[in-house]
Amino acid sequence: MKLYTKTRNKQNSRLIWPTFRLYLKPQKQLIVPRKISSAKNATREDNMENNRYELNVQLAQMLKGGVIMDVVDVEQAKTAEEAGAVAVMALERVPSDIRRQGGVARMSDPDMIAAIKQAVSIPVMAKARIGHFVEAQVLEALSIDYIDESEVLTPADEECHIDKSLFSIPFVCGARNLGEALRRIAEGAAMIRTKGEAGTGDVVEAVRHMRTMNREIRQLQNLPTEEVVPFAKERGLPLELSFKVRELGRLPVVNFAAGGIATPADAALMMQLGCDGVFVGSGIFKSSDPAKRAQAIVKAVACFNDPDQILEASRGLGTAMESINVSGMEDGERLAGRGW
Amino acid sequence: MASAIGILDLQGDVIEHIAHFESIGVSTRRVKAPADLSGLSGLVIPGGESTCLWRLLRLFELDRAIADAVGQQKIKVWGTCAGAILLATRIRNEPAKLGLLDIEVARNAFGSQLDSFHSRALIPKISDREVPLTFIRAPKILQAGKDVEVLLAVDDYIAMVESTAALATIFHPEMTPCLAFHRYFARKCGVQRSGTDRV
Repeated sequence: MKLYTKTRNKQNSRLIWPTFRLYLKPQKQLIVPRKISSAKNATREDNMENNRYELNVQLAQMLKGGVIMDVVDVEQAKTAEEAGAVAVMALERVPSDIRRQGGVARMSDPDMIAAIKQAVSIPVMAKARIGHFVEAQVLEALSIDYIDESEVLTPADEECHIDKSLFSIPFVCGARNLGEALRRIAEGAAMIRTKGEAGTGDVVEAVRHMRTMNREIRQLQNLPTEEVVPFAKERGLPLELSFKVRELGRLPVVNFAAGGIATPADAALMMQLGCDGVFVGSGIFKSSDPAKRAQAIVKAVACFNDPDQILEASRGLGTAMESINVSGMEDGERLAGRGW
Repeated sequence: MASAIGILDLQGDVIEHIAHFESIGVSTRRVKAPADLSGLSGLVIPGGESTCLWRLLRLFELDRAIADAVGQQKIKVWGTCAGAILLATRIRNEPAKLGLLDIEVARNAFGSQLDSFHSRALIPKISDREVPLTFIRAPKILQAGKDVEVLLAVDDYIAMVESTAALATIFHPEMTPCLAFHRYFARKCGVQRSGTDRV
């Protein structure tokens, strides 16, 4: 544990966020109108500028050290906010129910999402299917705060993801490795999360994905310049972003953990592995005492380096969600394989 | 007095503030517990989600510790965005949190993320040049008490205020390359800067 603590702090102290790297370079258009764009009058030119994207990356930076919780109704959203969630993900069924009930999982009912948005002051996120850019357009028209282009829903396109650069609204996307993460960022994602294996309560895949990304970033940093191209080619990494990651020593956007986090210790584990915050899907509202577990996970993420605090947070929580061991699952049952 | 500035390290854009202070040669300390406040000359409450921050402040008993530090030990405090909400003595439609600065704020007053924006303004006390401003799901300061100086007012709201004890900005100077706000706060705290600016 000490090892991670050290690594992480060292990493933080020399970390310069890409957003203000961007600023350090001479900017062409420093004189700008007072209000650059808003949803109603944002034009294609606005989106092409870095401003909107930068604001979206910055919102994700505000969420750092926080917990984003899946909620299916207003009551759960209020419980999550009260417990200290930094955002809620509004959806009709949590991943464990989607997994059990099967069928086609789509974007949630806009009225339900709107009711949740009305009920809380924290940011509201909602899921669109992979490649379903019209669901994303609808969610943008609904003026929520963030879209998750999610493998938890049934993919609408088995080749292409949404061209997120066309939107003003920010997107978060799942990734299993550096290649997926950078391809999503190249498409316009302003935030990345591990895919993990949603709805299982088994953290093993989230750990695998976070370790894989961290390992590939370390490898990239140690490569001589001429070896970056073959490395990137082999893994499907966009080249320009590969050089950026090599320079920064991390993804150029915030990276959260998601998929299988069920306990305060799971959440702290992911934080010690170096993620910036966590998503908890079925783990909270499928447990025996959601409010208490939600508070405990928020606390564990805030004190992820302090075993005594994590111990306190882990006491008296009742039973965790009903869980599935991922290693016993058929490939077809795994959601993480969705995404290209 | 060569002393450090504390950054409340519970949630939000902590490292951005630390990086800014480091680049002007001011040492910082992460504040996670009441004991971390001792000997500080200033405290920054960063941007983040104010409901989450408030919950964690109470959980770690930092709410009273900060009020005492500001009230008795006279340490200066600066709230950015969520931090400004927590400092306010009046919050529209909800009870006040730390209540250390006589202002009225409305949470999330611009709308959703689609209404976040960048702009620029001239704030004479901060810099003689225009400074970049980043508003992300920002609150609005609606009114300032008589002992509170308004440093920037835009349209129908106030964006930056200062009292003897506190500074509040509804925007995020830590998200821009501008170091003028951090220099200003370091001066307000009477903190010596070691060496010259790195940026």
